[in-house]
Amino acid sequence: MNTASHQTDLKPHAAGTDTSVLSGAEVLLRVLAEQGVEVIFGYPGGAVLPIYDAIFRQDAIRHVLVRHEQAAVHAAEAYARSTGKVGVVLVTSGPGATNTVTGLLDAMLDSIPVVCFSGQVGVPLIGTDAFQEADTTGITRPATKYNYLIRRAEDVAPCVHEAFHIARSGRPGPVLVDLPKNLMVGPAPYSEAPRVPHPSYRPQTEPGRDVIARAVAAMKGARRPLFYTGGGIINAGPEASAALRKLVEKTGFPCTSTLMGLGSMPAGDRRFLGMLGMHGTYEANMATHGCDVLIALGSRFDDRVTGRLDAFSPGSFKIHADIDPSQINKIVQVDVGIVGDARRVAEMMLEEWECTPANTRQPIDMAQWWHQINEWRKTDSLGFVQDKAPEAIIRPQYAIRRLHELATATGRDTYVSTEVGQHQMWAAQHFGFDKPNRWLTSGGLGTMGYGLPAAVGAQIAHPDALVIDIAGEASTLMNIQELSTIAQYRLPVKVFILNNQYMGMVRQWQELLHDSRYSESYSAALPDFVKLAESFHGKGLRATCVGELDGVIAEMLAHPGPVVADICVAQDENCYPMIPSGAAHNQMLLGPDQDDEISAEGRMLV
Amino acid sequence: MTTQQESPVSAVISIQVENESGALARVIGLFSGRGYNIESLTVAAVDEARRQSRINIVTTATPHVLAQIRAQVERLVPVYRVAVMTGREPHVAREMALVKVIASGERRADALRIAQAFRAHPVDASATSFVFELTGASDKLDAFIDLMRPLGLAEVSRTGIAAIARGAAIL
Repeated sequence: MNTASHQTDLKPHAAGTDTSVLSGAEVLLRVLAEQGVEVIFGYPGGAVLPIYDAIFRQDAIRHVLVRHEQAAVHAAEAYARSTGKVGVVLVTSGPGATNTVTGLLDAMLDSIPVVCFSGQVGVPLIGTDAFQEADTTGITRPATKYNYLIRRAEDVAPCVHEAFHIARSGRPGPVLVDLPKNLMVGPAPYSEAPRVPHPSYRPQTEPGRDVIARAVAAMKGARRPLFYTGGGIINAGPEASAALRKLVEKTGFPCTSTLMGLGSMPAGDRRFLGMLGMHGTYEANMATHGCDVLIALGSRFDDRVTGRLDAFSPGSFKIHADIDPSQINKIVQVDVGIVGDARRVAEMMLEEWECTPANTRQPIDMAQWWHQINEWRKTDSLGFVQDKAPEAIIRPQYAIRRLHELATATGRDTYVSTEVGQHQMWAAQHFGFDKPNRWLTSGGLGTMGYGLPAAVGAQIAHPDALVIDIAGEASTLMNIQELSTIAQYRLPVKVFILNNQYMGMVRQWQELLHDSRYSESYSAALPDFVKLAESFHGKGLRATCVGELDGVIAEMLAHPGPVVADICVAQDENCYPMIPSGAAHNQMLLGPDQDDEISAEGRMLV
Repeated sequence: MTTQQESPVSAVISIQVENESGALARVIGLFSGRGYNIESLTVAAVDEARRQSRINIVTTATPHVLAQIRAQVERLVPVYRVAVMTGREPHVAREMALVKVIASGERRADALRIAQAFRAHPVDASATSFVFELTGASDKLDAFIDLMRPLGLAEVSRTGIAAIARGAAIL
C-alpha cells in the first residue's frame, strides 16, 4: 500500500492539543473516528468494559460482535482486503488476546493491514499473574508487524494514530495495541496524528529510476518474458492492478499470478496464464520454467510457487520488485532487485518501456514464445470429466464452475472467501476473478476456518454484494460459530460447502505420499448442515447429485438471507495439476493416471 | 538457498535502535525465530537525548545469510540503522572480561606476571584471589583465560563485543 496516498493522515501538530477531559476510552474512539474507522469487529470482556461503555455512548463507529476472537481478526482481514481500508479488532485481555494470535499471524503472512486493540489488566497489576492477564505484547511480537503496550495515558492518542500508519504503510501488516484498563477509565489527553510517526520507521515506496531502467532494458531484450505477479499488486490498491494490466498490454508479455494475486489480471485475458505453483496451470508453470526474463512483481518466491528451488526457472534473468527489501534475494538470487510500491513499479516500468525505443528482440521471437505457450495451453491441465447424468456424483471442480457461471449471471458484484485445502485450490483454479480485492483466502498461513469469518467481514463492508464462502466441510467447522454472527446481523452470506467427508488435501497427500493410509483425515460424525443452517436461522440446502446442483445454486443465489449449501461431492477427487513436493515445474502431475514416484526428499517437505 | 556454496564468516551486526520497551526482544526474537545464531550480545543506551541504543551481535553465517539478517533487522519498526562488519569491513571490535583467579604461592605470582604481560589490571585482590579486568579483541581474552586455567581460574564474566567502523564512516 502506498504511503503517499495516506499522508493526509499525518497532519502537523495542531495549534494545541485539546485539553477537555476525556477518558482514555473516549480518546481511543475519537482517534479511531479520525482514522476513518467505520467498523470494529470485537468481543467484550472485563478489561475492555470501559471501551465498550464508550462504544455504547456513540454512533459514529459500528461494532460487530463476533463469536470468537480469531473470527474477529479474519473478519477484519477480509474487510481490509475487500476495501483497502485498515481492519479493526477489539478484544479483551488474556484469552481474548491469545485467541487473536492465529488471525494476526495470518494477516502478517498475507500482509493485511489490521489494528487489533486488546485489553490489559491495569498498569499496577501487570506482572502479577492477575486474572486474565497475559504477556500479550510478548506473545504477539512475532505475529505482528509492530505492537505496543501503552503504559501512560498521554501515549494513547499518539500510539493509536501511529498504529494505523504502520499497519497501512510500507508492506502492510497487523499492529496490536495493548490497553491497560486503568488508562481507559482515567483521563487521557487527546492529540492529533504526529507529523513524524515513528522516527525509525521510513518504508521506501518510490522505486529508483536506475533499477527500473535496468529492468526494462532486460525486458526489451527478452525473447521469452513472463510476468509473475503476487499479492503485492492487490495490496497496492486497484490502481496497481490497472497499471499492471496496462503494462501487460503494452509489452505483450504473458502474465501468471500467485494465489494471492488472483484478480489483478482478468481471469479471461488472453495474456493471463492462470495461477502458477503447486496447483497452478501447466502453461503457467512451463512458462515459468522456460522463460528467459522473469519479472516478479509483489510476489515472494514462496515454496508453494517455486517447487524444487534449484530447478526453479533455470537460466532466466530475474527481476524482483517488492516493497519489502528483505524479500529480495531471500529465496532466489535475482539479477535486478527493485524496492518500491507495486503500483509505482508498474507505472514506472511502463513509462520507461514507452520512452525506450527499439526492441533488441525480433517480433518473431515473441510470436514463437506465444506459439509455445498456446501449445502448452492445449494440455487443458484444469480439465475434468463430469458425467452429466442427473444421478451422477458431483465433481467438486464442476460445482465451482457452475457456481461461477450462475453467480456471474446474476450480474452482482461478487466476493469469494475460502477455507483452506482442496476446495481452496479448486476455487482458485475454476472461479475466474476479473477484479482485484474480490478473492479472500488465507495464502501464507493456510488457516482453516478463515472463510466463514472472512465472509462476515466482506459482507459487512459490502452489504449489497454477493458474498460466498467456498468451503470444505472440515475447515468450515473450525469457525462454524460465526453462523450466529451471520444470523444476528442478517448477513446474506452464502456458505458453499464442497462436502467430500474428508480433510481432502490431507487425504490427497496421504494417498500420494503415505500409501493411502488415511490417518485421522476422515470427517466422522459430521453435522447435518441443512439442519445446522436452520438452527442458526438460515436456509439449508443440499445437492447430492448433478441433477440437483444447478437448482440448489440458483436457490442459494436467489435467497435474500444466509444460506448453507451442502454440496455432496466425489470423495476421492484429487486436486490436479500438481507439482509434487521436491519436483520442478516441468515435472507436473497432470492427473491420477500419471504414476510418478515422489522422491524420499520430497516426502520430507511440507 | 542459492546454488553456489558460500562459507560462513564471523560478523558483528551493529544495530542502532529506538530505546523503547521490547526493542531488544524484537531483535533477538528475530534471530531465534529465523534460526540465526547469536554468539555474543551487547546492548546499551548510546544517545539519551535521541533515545537511541546500540545492539552488537556476533554471529557466524554465509554472506547470503548475513545480507538476509541485515534486511530482516532493518525492517523492524524501531531500528534506525544496521551495519554488518566482517573481516572485509575495517572495524574495531573490543570486549571486556572480569577474570577471577583463586591461587596462592607460585601460581599466584605467575598469574600476576601473565596479567601484566596482557595488560590486565587487578581490580580486586584478597589473600587468596584476584579479579583481573582485561579489554581487547576476543581472541586476546581467550588466550588470557586459557593461560589462567592451570593457575586457578575460578570464574569468568565477559561483556560480549562492542564494535565500531574505522575511519570517519559512521552508522
